[in-house]
Amino acid sequence: MSNFLTSSIGKKVVMSLSGLFLIMFLCVHLALNLLLIFDNSGELFNHGAHFMATNPLIKIVEPVLALGFIIHMVWACVLTVQNQKARPSGYKKSSQSGNATWPSRNMFILGGVILIFLGIHLYNFWWNIKFPELGTPLSMIEIDGVEMEDTYTLVVGLFRSSICYCLLYILGAIFLGLHLSHGFWSAFQSIGFSNQIWRKRLEFVAYLFAVVIGAGFAIIPVYFLVGLGN
Amino acid sequence: MADTILKELTLKIWRQKDAKSKGGFETYKVRDISTGTSFLEMLDILNEQLVSENREPVAFDHDCREGICGTCSLFIDGRAHGPDDDVTTCQLHMRRFKEGATITIEPWRSGAFPVIKDLIVDRHAFEKIQQAGGYVSVNTGGVPDGNTIPIANDKAEEAMDAAACIGCGACVATCKNSSAMLYVAAKVSQFALLPQGKIEAARRAKAMVAKMDELGFGNCTNTGACESECPKSISIEHIARLNREYIKAKLKD
Repeated sequence: MSNFLTSSIGKKVVMSLSGLFLIMFLCVHLALNLLLIFDNSGELFNHGAHFMATNPLIKIVEPVLALGFIIHMVWACVLTVQNQKARPSGYKKSSQSGNATWPSRNMFILGGVILIFLGIHLYNFWWNIKFPELGTPLSMIEIDGVEMEDTYTLVVGLFRSSICYCLLYILGAIFLGLHLSHGFWSAFQSIGFSNQIWRKRLEFVAYLFAVVIGAGFAIIPVYFLVGLGN
Repeated sequence: MADTILKELTLKIWRQKDAKSKGGFETYKVRDISTGTSFLEMLDILNEQLVSENREPVAFDHDCREGICGTCSLFIDGRAHGPDDDVTTCQLHMRRFKEGATITIEPWRSGAFPVIKDLIVDRHAFEKIQQAGGYVSVNTGGVPDGNTIPIANDKAEEAMDAAACIGCGACVATCKNSSAMLYVAAKVSQFALLPQGKIEAARRAKAMVAKMDELGFGNCTNTGACESECPKSISIEHIARLNREYIKAKLKD
């Protein structure tokens, strides 16, 4: 295994595996978020959030998830710098639009935009939940005899109070979908899981997955934007 | 379709005296070009014109002029080997251009392919990768012996598809990362699919990838631009195979 991680293919394997790990997280995150629009009383979502906050397994996975994000970002930076260096002087005229899809050519930019969104997103919710003494403290609520943080009010409060945040979260979901439209199938290609038959299948699943994740996350702010969650 | 005459074309061509000089674009006019003329013949006409004017002709690579040697290159109007799909520059004809068009002609751009003069780049990096492991060193005997080894038709076809690579470098030139993965994948695949090549498959994949990285080619980001510009339509499915071969080889280390 010597030099594997520093080789071009090894670095892509790291991107692929960290990406697939983050994709799994996105699925769990979306499933939980969708509880927001299935119950306007907020009990379902609060139960879900409380379960995530108190589950010991989640406590273990949380730092691993942070590590997954960091690895994915650091490796992306290393790969991009190397790729930029590989062509010291560029073309005067280059028309690449017919050769490759826009997301595939702009994964680093899309990733950067998602990172900015992630920062805002963490500040909006995670910060207040984890450090209530530094941010806005969460009010407590009792559901079925269990006292828990009223995460629903925090999340829904943001969407109800600000059209700008709603639009920002919709935009974030679109960028995430675009990133996944290439990232999903590319992750399989990088670990060698593709051939004539599977490539078509993976590309199809990637687009489907990108639409499900993008639309899934976008539908929540849209739900509150159109007033269905009031 | 009968050939017509393009009365005037403007060419913006990269001129560079030698590897160390800075280089820049120069504009030329060519007149009365038949649409049946190949792109390289059009450059020949320009050069004759330049020589008659006592000016330095434009240096560009060419050899077989029938699309099989991989010598010709050129980034024409933003695309490797010009606007046609699945052809080399020598197979591109002037009927693809409109009357009065301005055509931008640049050399392949990659740190691993330095410009030697004008439109000619040094593609020795490909030779070095090939020398690192792109061969079979086991004794495979003569032709009758070779034919005694049964090979499934689909495997033979796939290996032949990979072996169609002519090493022109369009994949590197068009890749936004200057990655040589399609080239290396084709060379690794053509052997990995055949019984004679399987014996050294692990060593080959490791050595060729190591050499590719050492020479400063970029990392593949699976955009697929290489396969759409490859004059031999080599698929990036071969890159997936290279990834498999390499990971497999490294796991055994």
